[in-house]
Amino acid sequence: MNKKGFVLIAAVMLLIFSPFIFSLFYLNLVTEILILAIFALSLNILVGYTGLVSLGHAAFFGVGAYMSAILAREISPNFFLTLFASLAAAIIASAIIGIFCVKVSGFYFLMLTLAFSQMIYSFVHQSTTITGGSNGLSGIPSPLIGSLDFSNPVYFYYLILLLFILIYGGLSLIVHSPFGQVLIGIRENETRLKSMGYHTTLYKLAAFVLAGGLGGVAGSLYTSFNSFISPSDVYWTMSGSVLIMVLIGGSGTMIGPVLGAAFIVILETIVSSYTTMWMMIIGIIFILFVVFFPKGIVGLGKLLFQSFSKSNKLSAISGKKSNALYNNDVKN
Amino acid sequence: MENPVILKIDRVGMHFGGLEILKDVSLEVKKGERIGIIGPNGAGKTTFFNILTGDLKPSSGSIYYKGENITNVANFKRTNAGIVRTFQRNNLLNELTVLDNLLLVLQRKHHLQNVWFKKRNEKKYPKLFEEANQLIKTWGLEKRANEIVKKLSYGEQRQIEILLGIAINPQVLLLDEPTAGMSQAETDYIVDLLHNLPKDLTVLIIEHDLEVVFGLADRMVVLYDGGILIDGDPNEVRNDRRVNEIYIGKEEAAAHA
Repeated sequence: MNKKGFVLIAAVMLLIFSPFIFSLFYLNLVTEILILAIFALSLNILVGYTGLVSLGHAAFFGVGAYMSAILAREISPNFFLTLFASLAAAIIASAIIGIFCVKVSGFYFLMLTLAFSQMIYSFVHQSTTITGGSNGLSGIPSPLIGSLDFSNPVYFYYLILLLFILIYGGLSLIVHSPFGQVLIGIRENETRLKSMGYHTTLYKLAAFVLAGGLGGVAGSLYTSFNSFISPSDVYWTMSGSVLIMVLIGGSGTMIGPVLGAAFIVILETIVSSYTTMWMMIIGIIFILFVVFFPKGIVGLGKLLFQSFSKSNKLSAISGKKSNALYNNDVKN
Repeated sequence: MENPVILKIDRVGMHFGGLEILKDVSLEVKKGERIGIIGPNGAGKTTFFNILTGDLKPSSGSIYYKGENITNVANFKRTNAGIVRTFQRNNLLNELTVLDNLLLVLQRKHHLQNVWFKKRNEKKYPKLFEEANQLIKTWGLEKRANEIVKKLSYGEQRQIEILLGIAINPQVLLLDEPTAGMSQAETDYIVDLLHNLPKDLTVLIIEHDLEVVFGLADRMVVLYDGGILIDGDPNEVRNDRRVNEIYIGKEEAAAHA
């Protein structure tokens, strides 16, 4: 078995046994990380793979979150109902917004996504009768599947873990599929892709809707998790945080956004227990990453790993023949 | 039997503001023809190509491909219909490998681009990879297949630029200065490859290296000041006094200086 497979299995095992290892407080932290990781993974499709930097991704998170909250309160907290309704709502919202946004690129794309998300924010903020305005919606019942109640944090954790693994696996397939390679091609050189015969605008829209839809899913799960949602989760600072998660983790990689989400959530939890100025600390760390490790935690990890294996190689060359033989055996 | 007209350019004009780049250019291209397009810098050669590929919309006039008016058809649709270009300046996916560049072209050609849940690897797409490896071999790039494009030499990148165009299996191939900036050996190599292109492929080639273009073309078009100055047999063009004055004369003068 290769190293990558080993690390993957170890990580999945750790996640599966988390409820037996961690106290409830930390288990909830892991749940939150997984939900925000889904959110960051969805944005990464746009930012990391298609090369479209969006500053309005909270809009779709918000659409999913409010859809879920309203349905759970007014109609039924059935998990499949809230999840698929949120997904559908986010897909519709991102398709409409996407049609406009994918027509422009670079800075204009960023500004346009920001403008649209702020429109959704002000709608949420002002439609007091539907969304509760600035008070938000509280007392959202926890999800149900049949008679199975997910108010138990351990059950809920496994539900989220299952979804996270499905989404992570699905996205890893997509980014390596021919379709995913087209998105990467657009990131690298859209002009060339057009002259290869690709309708790039359509592919950008597909990426936008995929990202938006999964963003909605993350929003829906977040609502169920907190049993509360407020307009601040639709505000542009939320779009900023998730963008920071992607960039600090390592955009354009699969594991990066997950690590970024974990890093930010853990940091926020630790730092905010000491000082109220945690935003400033995160800001400083973000700046350090951008300046010194623009490829994020993943890039940093690779750098460390390379220098580690290099020094290993050097020691192998300096006299240990048996070691070299052993290595050959493994390769063959 | 006379070959059919594949591309018809009908009184195409192009101006940017007050600046007139092309003036009423008309040209009929027959299937399988090899047309060399020469002319001094600023004559409108690349603009002409951009209009043919749909990267630019002409200010006036129309373009017909196989009898159909394609003046307003988007560039990617023209590629899929068979009009394919290469760029004057290398325009590749620099951060990807040679193989990945080529696979993007081939997966489009075989209509695999909308597969979402199947990893693109050699095991799952053996035919696609086989074709890519075959092309890479033909072009003598085996050792480079898994290198990032930006790490290759300029000449190699230039080769890939042309390879990406040809890999689509075009019906009309527009080559914009294919040998620009290449060494003599690299130029010879490319010329050889271009000579071996299928006979029914229509090729329009813009080239500053007159040796190359006279060697490849069976018809020459001289663009000068936004219009067609001469359109005819290469020998005729080579001996034309006006061409010597505006184009070849200058080169010789430069060579003698």
